[in-house]
Amino acid sequence: MALEVDHLQLCYRTLRGDVRAVDDVTFTIDDGEIMGLAGESGCGKSTLGNGLVRMDVRMRQLAGRVELDGEELPISDEKAMRSFRFKSVSIVPQYAMSALNPTRRVGKMVSELLKSRGFDYKSALPELERRVKLVGLDADVLKRYPIELSGGMKQRVVMVISTLLNPSLLIADEVTSALDVSTQRAVGEMLLEFRDRKFVKSTMVITHDVSILAQVADTILVMYAGKLAEKASADVVINSPLHPYTQLLISSLPEVGVRHDEHTLVGIPGRPPPLLNPPAGCRFRDRCPFAFDRCAEEPPFMEVKPGHSVACWLRTKGAAPAGGAEPC
Amino acid sequence: MTVVGHEGDLGTDEPVPVDKAPVDSTGEALTAKKRFEFLYFAVRNKKLLIGLSVVVLFALVALLGPLFVKHSMLAYGPPFRPPSATYWFGTNYFGQDVFAEFVYGLRESLFVGLLGGCGATVIGMTFGFLAGYKGGMIDEALNVLCNVLLTIPGLVLLILIAGFLHHTSAVIEGLLIAGTTWTWAMRAIRAQTFSLVSRDFVGLAKLSGEKSRSIIVREIAPNMSSYLFLVFILLFGGAILVAASFDFLGLGPSNGMSLGIMMEQAADWSALPLHLWWWFVPPGAAITCVVGGLYFANVGLDEVFNPKLREL
Amino acid sequence: MRRYLARKLIIYVVTFFVAATIDWLLPRMVPGNPVSLLLAKMNLQPQTYNATYSLYMKAFGFNRPWWDQYLNFWRALLHGNLGVSIYDFPKPVTSVIADYVLFTLALLIPAILLAYFAGNKVGAMAARRKSLDNTVLPVGYLLTATAYPWLALLLAFLFAAGGIGHFFPISGGFSYGLIPAWNWAFMWSLITHWFLPFLTLFLVAFGGWAIGMRNLIIYELESDYTHYLEALGAPSKLVRRYAYRNAMLPQLTGLALQLGVIVGGAVVTEVTFAYPGLGYLIFQAVGNDDYFLLQGIFMFIIVGVLVANFIIDIIYVLVDPRTRVGISGA
Repeated sequence: MALEVDHLQLCYRTLRGDVRAVDDVTFTIDDGEIMGLAGESGCGKSTLGNGLVRMDVRMRQLAGRVELDGEELPISDEKAMRSFRFKSVSIVPQYAMSALNPTRRVGKMVSELLKSRGFDYKSALPELERRVKLVGLDADVLKRYPIELSGGMKQRVVMVISTLLNPSLLIADEVTSALDVSTQRAVGEMLLEFRDRKFVKSTMVITHDVSILAQVADTILVMYAGKLAEKASADVVINSPLHPYTQLLISSLPEVGVRHDEHTLVGIPGRPPPLLNPPAGCRFRDRCPFAFDRCAEEPPFMEVKPGHSVACWLRTKGAAPAGGAEPC
Repeated sequence: MTVVGHEGDLGTDEPVPVDKAPVDSTGEALTAKKRFEFLYFAVRNKKLLIGLSVVVLFALVALLGPLFVKHSMLAYGPPFRPPSATYWFGTNYFGQDVFAEFVYGLRESLFVGLLGGCGATVIGMTFGFLAGYKGGMIDEALNVLCNVLLTIPGLVLLILIAGFLHHTSAVIEGLLIAGTTWTWAMRAIRAQTFSLVSRDFVGLAKLSGEKSRSIIVREIAPNMSSYLFLVFILLFGGAILVAASFDFLGLGPSNGMSLGIMMEQAADWSALPLHLWWWFVPPGAAITCVVGGLYFANVGLDEVFNPKLREL
Repeated sequence: MRRYLARKLIIYVVTFFVAATIDWLLPRMVPGNPVSLLLAKMNLQPQTYNATYSLYMKAFGFNRPWWDQYLNFWRALLHGNLGVSIYDFPKPVTSVIADYVLFTLALLIPAILLAYFAGNKVGAMAARRKSLDNTVLPVGYLLTATAYPWLALLLAFLFAAGGIGHFFPISGGFSYGLIPAWNWAFMWSLITHWFLPFLTLFLVAFGGWAIGMRNLIIYELESDYTHYLEALGAPSKLVRRYAYRNAMLPQLTGLALQLGVIVGGAVVTEVTFAYPGLGYLIFQAVGNDDYFLLQGIFMFIIVGVLVANFIIDIIYVLVDPRTRVGISGA
């Protein structure tokens, strides 16, 4: 097991109380596995991903434990985490476009960063250049200033830098959101390549765009309102999801070859519940077309088929509604 | 925007203003909810409250002070008296009531500061909006004008002008100060206008055939209102400081009294060797309090308008 | 880089031109004739009045058509001739200035440099440590909100006039009894007379720089590149270094903008302490209606400020590597 997350609870301190952004989350990512973390804005996926690397000043860990490669990852201890960052766990941030110091040449920044972490730049340089070429950039990009690079170039440079020390866990936070479709595909292929060449062991790809996950992910974990909704292998989630939310999410995606006068795109009406004082019971209840009385009680996240876990009373044995209504 | 220099000049202005734009310049109109949100944070912001109370306190002294003045400013009484029950701030070299001088001096200094600050804000707004909105040649020309005036030391230019004029009044002084301190305001407003002009709502207004002047007044300015207010506060404070130095050099209104003139008289009439500290300490202290209060309130307001700066 | 500097140079030339023109225009726009004002002070006999009047008019070129005067002005200016003092007639303005300029430079240069660097350091430290910030922030704002004349008077009162003690002399550039010479007594006298004016300028400017740097560093510490470095486990030393380096850029720009302000402060401070610098000279010139001296000092200050601005621009180019690659820095 590369990454084990056990009953993790993360919250944001605000003036009006604690926002429970990650509410009791448990999952694992194996070595060599690329897990996609999908969900709407505000569902807690970014908090989860970022919290594993560096907790924001307002974040607090309320409960739970994280283990990486059998060793505890002290995510709430800022100082202790430093030795893990970059080496064991690394991140390609959401703000990759502005992640590089504007007044430093890229290579200079990397060398100063490596030196400060106790690594020798000169010995790392050949590998750095190799990887830069691998992602389709010219080696002399290291001599440039960030402002001279395009958005896509900066994204790729940041991906190379973040994975330079071959971390056990890489968190890719919305790495394709700001890119055009062809660059999105290229970045997806980069993630696969990094995994295949063993530059990284396990990858967590955070996105609201399920289509990229179809390309790169082995498994997909769907979050809703701070809680886990469904986890299964990628093609199961996309082709035969069990949780109503996942079903609606997938069906709201346009499909190639489908004409929409035959098949209207369905969105999901309504909004996620506020995480400040979340409602009791299943969080998707208000928007779920299949909600029934049992949903007033929160469904546990359980494995209902091998390798497939859901948090929904419709799927948990013995809880189906009396009328026998079956969703498609 | 929160960088402060002396006498109204900002320490820096270029990279900071645009990113730290107050929240309402995201193009959303000031809805009632937003206004309420501002008010909510405004009354809880310590810096704003402290700064504002100090300024209001002095404004009250200026407004109501004359009611408490017992001796006429021009009457001659016992000289060199330290503060006492009869003479709250003591008497000066000529035996005049320093408190009376202080109250009237405060009124005039605040007046000149307001006039200078408002004038500079208006000029800075006009040029800033024009340059930011029209761009092109007008922008270049205004930029050159601005750069030229920025390089010339403001006080020195004022001395030069006043030296040749020989006779100033409070109004002229205010206008002169307005005319020499508007430059950094123009730069800052111009930068903000640039960022707003590229937003969609302006494009929409243009498409609907709205005239430039109308667009500036009805679309752009309201979205910068908080920023403009911050600019005004800094200009107001700066104008008070410039006026103090100006008056101190003897260039102030010949028949008036101001805080700077009080200090000038103190310096000219042996307040230092005679240890008449009550003559020059109150006016300067008042300036420091009022301007300091304005700067503090400015920082607080910045926090109110810009959620990123708010501390939990 | 060359384009950046060239562009700045053009602006400075234009500024010089405009400033010189304003300088030349002002006395001519003023009500009254400078010569008649001058003669009014001289208490001349009516018989000699007219002759003296036309002598002065000729001497100052007021009897020539205005475009001739303007061209003449430029001709003289470009030869380094700043005219002749009216009050000290016929002493040339340049030699009057020469007697006073060193005192002002001795005041301005250390005050600006020390306040800038000390302010930056303290501001950066305050940005990182909340405990320090709680003192630095109010003190800095109060200092920068202080009027120069007041601080000058306060310091003079406390440390020279006996408020606390008579540690420093109250006025002058050096003891009146001493003859300027390169001996220790004279040097010491210079220093003791210099200290309080210097302290005045230093304290006010220091407050402004400290506040400015503090705000800039806070801004840099909240930027994306800082967060990325921290996410990659960079030690705070590296983060601080980058933040400081990046914050210096707008601070440098600010330095250029503040020069005018501190020159104004120097004028007032010198007058308070009767310190014989250019500021004091301006004050005298205004009192004596010595227009040409005023004009001359103004031009001199303008040139000084423009040169200082240009030096700062060069330093900026050296500090911001992006300007060297041809990307505009400021």
